[in-house]
Amino acid sequence: MSYVQNTDADRLAMLERIGAASFEDLLEPVPPAVRAGAPLDLGDPMSESETAAHLRALSARNIPAGEMASFLGGGIYDRFIPATVRYVLSRSEFYTSYTPYQAEVSQGTLQAIYEYQTMIARLTAMDAANASMYDGATALAEAMLMAVQVKRIPRVVVPAALCPRYRAVLCGYAAGKGIEIEEVPWGEDGAIDPGALAAALREKAAAVVLAQPNYLGMIEDAPAVSEAARSAGSLLVVLADPVSLALLSPPGEYGADIVVGEGQSLGLAQSFGGPLLGFMATREAYIRKCPGRLISATTDLDGRRGYTMTLQTREQHIRREKATSNICTNEGLMALAATVYLASLGEDGLREVAVQSASKARTLYRMLAPLGSVTLPFGEGFFQEFVMNVSDPAGFAAAARARGVLAGIPIGDGFPALGAGAMLVAVTEKRSLADLELLRDIAAGTGGAR
Amino acid sequence: MSATIFEKGMNGRSGSYLPPNDCPVGDLDLAAPRRGEIGLPRIGEQDLIRHYVELAGKNYHIDKGMYPLGSCTMKYNPVINEELARLPGFAGLHPAQDEADVQGALELMHRLERDLCEITGMSAFSLQPVAGAHGELTGMMIARDWFRRRAEKRTTVLVPDSAHGTNPASVAICGFTPKTIPSNDRGLIDPGALAAACGDDTAVLMLTLPNTLGLFERGIERIVEIVHGAGALVYMDGANMNALLGIVRPGAIGIDIMHVNLHKTFATPHGGGGPGSGPVGVREHLAGLLPVPRVVESGGRYSLSDDRPETIGPVHSWYGNFNVLVKAYAYIRSLGGEGLREAAENAIINANYLMKLVSERYEIAYPGPCMHEFVASGSGLKRFGVRTTDVAKRLLDYGLHAPTVYFPLIVEEALMIEPVETEKKETLDHFAGALSAIAREAQEDPDLLHKAPVTTPVRRLDEASAARSPQLCWPGGCREP
Amino acid sequence: MVPEDCLFTKEHEWVYREGDVAVIGISEYASTELGDIVYIELPEAGAAVQQMDPIGTIEAVKTVAELFSPVSGEVIEINQAIVDHPEIVNRDPHDEGWFIKVRMSDSSELDVLFSHDEYQEYLGEQEDD
Repeated sequence: MSYVQNTDADRLAMLERIGAASFEDLLEPVPPAVRAGAPLDLGDPMSESETAAHLRALSARNIPAGEMASFLGGGIYDRFIPATVRYVLSRSEFYTSYTPYQAEVSQGTLQAIYEYQTMIARLTAMDAANASMYDGATALAEAMLMAVQVKRIPRVVVPAALCPRYRAVLCGYAAGKGIEIEEVPWGEDGAIDPGALAAALREKAAAVVLAQPNYLGMIEDAPAVSEAARSAGSLLVVLADPVSLALLSPPGEYGADIVVGEGQSLGLAQSFGGPLLGFMATREAYIRKCPGRLISATTDLDGRRGYTMTLQTREQHIRREKATSNICTNEGLMALAATVYLASLGEDGLREVAVQSASKARTLYRMLAPLGSVTLPFGEGFFQEFVMNVSDPAGFAAAARARGVLAGIPIGDGFPALGAGAMLVAVTEKRSLADLELLRDIAAGTGGAR
Repeated sequence: MSATIFEKGMNGRSGSYLPPNDCPVGDLDLAAPRRGEIGLPRIGEQDLIRHYVELAGKNYHIDKGMYPLGSCTMKYNPVINEELARLPGFAGLHPAQDEADVQGALELMHRLERDLCEITGMSAFSLQPVAGAHGELTGMMIARDWFRRRAEKRTTVLVPDSAHGTNPASVAICGFTPKTIPSNDRGLIDPGALAAACGDDTAVLMLTLPNTLGLFERGIERIVEIVHGAGALVYMDGANMNALLGIVRPGAIGIDIMHVNLHKTFATPHGGGGPGSGPVGVREHLAGLLPVPRVVESGGRYSLSDDRPETIGPVHSWYGNFNVLVKAYAYIRSLGGEGLREAAENAIINANYLMKLVSERYEIAYPGPCMHEFVASGSGLKRFGVRTTDVAKRLLDYGLHAPTVYFPLIVEEALMIEPVETEKKETLDHFAGALSAIAREAQEDPDLLHKAPVTTPVRRLDEASAARSPQLCWPGGCREP
Repeated sequence: MVPEDCLFTKEHEWVYREGDVAVIGISEYASTELGDIVYIELPEAGAAVQQMDPIGTIEAVKTVAELFSPVSGEVIEINQAIVDHPEIVNRDPHDEGWFIKVRMSDSSELDVLFSHDEYQEYLGEQEDD
């Protein structure tokens, strides 16, 4: 299948106009020695029907979590996505447009991002949000760089109960500038150990990172962590689950300086982990230190309201090596998805998503608690996800999988302290009581010996 | 002007999307609950759809018309690829699923990596970076760790003055110091100046090929030789790879690290600013440093491996923008090797043809054959009091999108134009005709340009006020119109 | 502080001498070239500055410039009005739009600066390039 529309006659006419005898003439600047010796070995072109059949065959070799009773989480959740989101995302006015450099013909994208910034700022109770980052992990890394830039202290304190991939991405971003990352262990309740945090803050740190809830699902004592950060002169960076913010006190209310997170929960398909949506919000005082694009309302020559990219002097295309970040292309379409998701569900719908997720997670927790085959190391102070230990996580997962259930993410490797049998179990609003009972029955049936 | 969704969300008629909760909520006792409302809209579905369709109508987009933004490669996004990427077997996968359940996804990634290796001549690719700048950053991390492992202290990265701003910014995040290499009077890297700048302290030369002037570095062999001779690496920003498909394989000419932009060269949509995808390829000696996990194949089974002792570690939460990978893979299969070469040839012919047409009214910064794009200058219109930005805005009145303007910085009043291969001759004629008409207008009635655009949803916006006191959030409640 | 009475740097700052105090701003040429100035960062009063050190930032909508100190000494006053209302600099760069006052530690440093005429000549050369 070719998408080239020029005909041979067109090409001849064009070459003639150019004054070239053949296409080869145009390659004159490319030294013969550097030209490819042979055609690309990629197989023959496929017709549309062949391409479609080939891709459908590859797709058929996957069994999507979305079609099973999935208890997989760890940052990516199986949530219900209203059809409105897919509809708006499939409008080519949005998905085939470029970055809104010509504001006059990009008001659709610009206004949608402005609405997105507003929704994120409201969810987090912060002054402003940017137009999106790549994902939760890189948003957290950028928040770290921003905090170090503000405080000029190359050290940050992070919880040990942080997604291992996030921690690894942080380390990669930290290495270039020699930033030291210190981990604070969790206590018996699965939340940050306050004594260890105080000890870590005896040495100056640019920021304390609070994951709310943390990777083990537990809700942290945010005001206490905030107070510890404040009194140590550190910024508070909160890594927040956006759905949890419908129920939990928003970071702006307990003194956060920068709030970041993974926005996949807000209407994005799981899509094997990408594209995701990093969000970032901050206080007014730090807006000029913020990475990424920002959209502002303004007026046009006739005094009508309109939208434009603003504070661009922070960005790489103007400030180059002194920019706040190198980010250019972000996840604009995913921000649109989140906007339509939040507008569709609205104030009450988002709260209902959060309530159902949290209440169903509790219901499952209480179903599992009496079972001899399962240990629950922490209490009920979680949001929608908790750790459970089984004797044979692989066997347990396989037994569940055989019954169309994805039981959870094994996390024993990343967190040896939890034991080899540790699994992270997530419950979203999509799980029914019957799904929970099924998982309980499987846990009861496969366990026996611990 | 459209009211915001918050102003429209006043009827309290949110749709119902969830079934009733079949679990008890009675004693859901959360520490530190949220008090008060968030401030999200409550809007009926019809009004919601009307709102976003109204916004959609205010966007320019490829399906509407030509998008000649230089270095952005705005080519047609095949609609079949959108359909395929939405298949539940791709879109519904959780990244932590058992490998046995995602064999098709892993196979697709593995095949795409091999395709990119074939196209670029690199030895190995990581699909993890999700944007061009993310790819650059990943490449710089690879260079940083490469020299660190060899205990070589090299801190400088050479960047030509025609480079994208992302290049020096990516360099700086990695702790390197960018050093600018000036272009010569032909718009190319001067090998003599490069040799003088290259030393024991040089880690990387970061070049864009073809460069942002749309020119192929004629001295590329010598350039690579100089950099390698100094013990440094050559990084290629592959944003302009569309010009080289089937023509030049960077890995074969000594490029050590490069990224490609799937959202440019491989026809995946830009989404109004993302998602993109910026896979990074390296030659054999650097393969061990690529981000983990790596997709590996053994006996027809695919798996993910973290077992790479030299890796720079992950650069993304999971495996990159998988959904974008599906579209790029479908595109490569549809075109095959033959079609990719055809795409590059037509991109080059289109650019040279359009350059010829545009040259009648505008100065061309660096005459001679160009690759996939060229840079014209609006400086000739300054005598009429007209700036390039006025030309750009007037193009909008003609129902067209403007080229990239004021970049590269080394060309005064730059108009950077990339027509891409999917536009046909008549479309280019039309675009050139509009540019000529605007040049005429500049002479006869410059005010027409100063006032432009007048046919767009809004006119020129007050960017200065926005930057002085930005209003980044809608201040009103959800019920106040 | 009429331009004719000022000295200038190659980076387009002007200096007006009041005894051992240098009043510093940016030239009309610079303010025009930058376009609408939207944000200004200045050193704090009391800061020690060296001749031609970058001591502040001037941001327009799509460009950013550094402010260099034409002389060495101590910053004794900053013009808060231009921080709050950067557009003043575009409107009146030589008077209301002054940036900072520096108590000079070595007034002989002024000798290397352009006179008004020399600066005009310098601008002419810049245009020709």
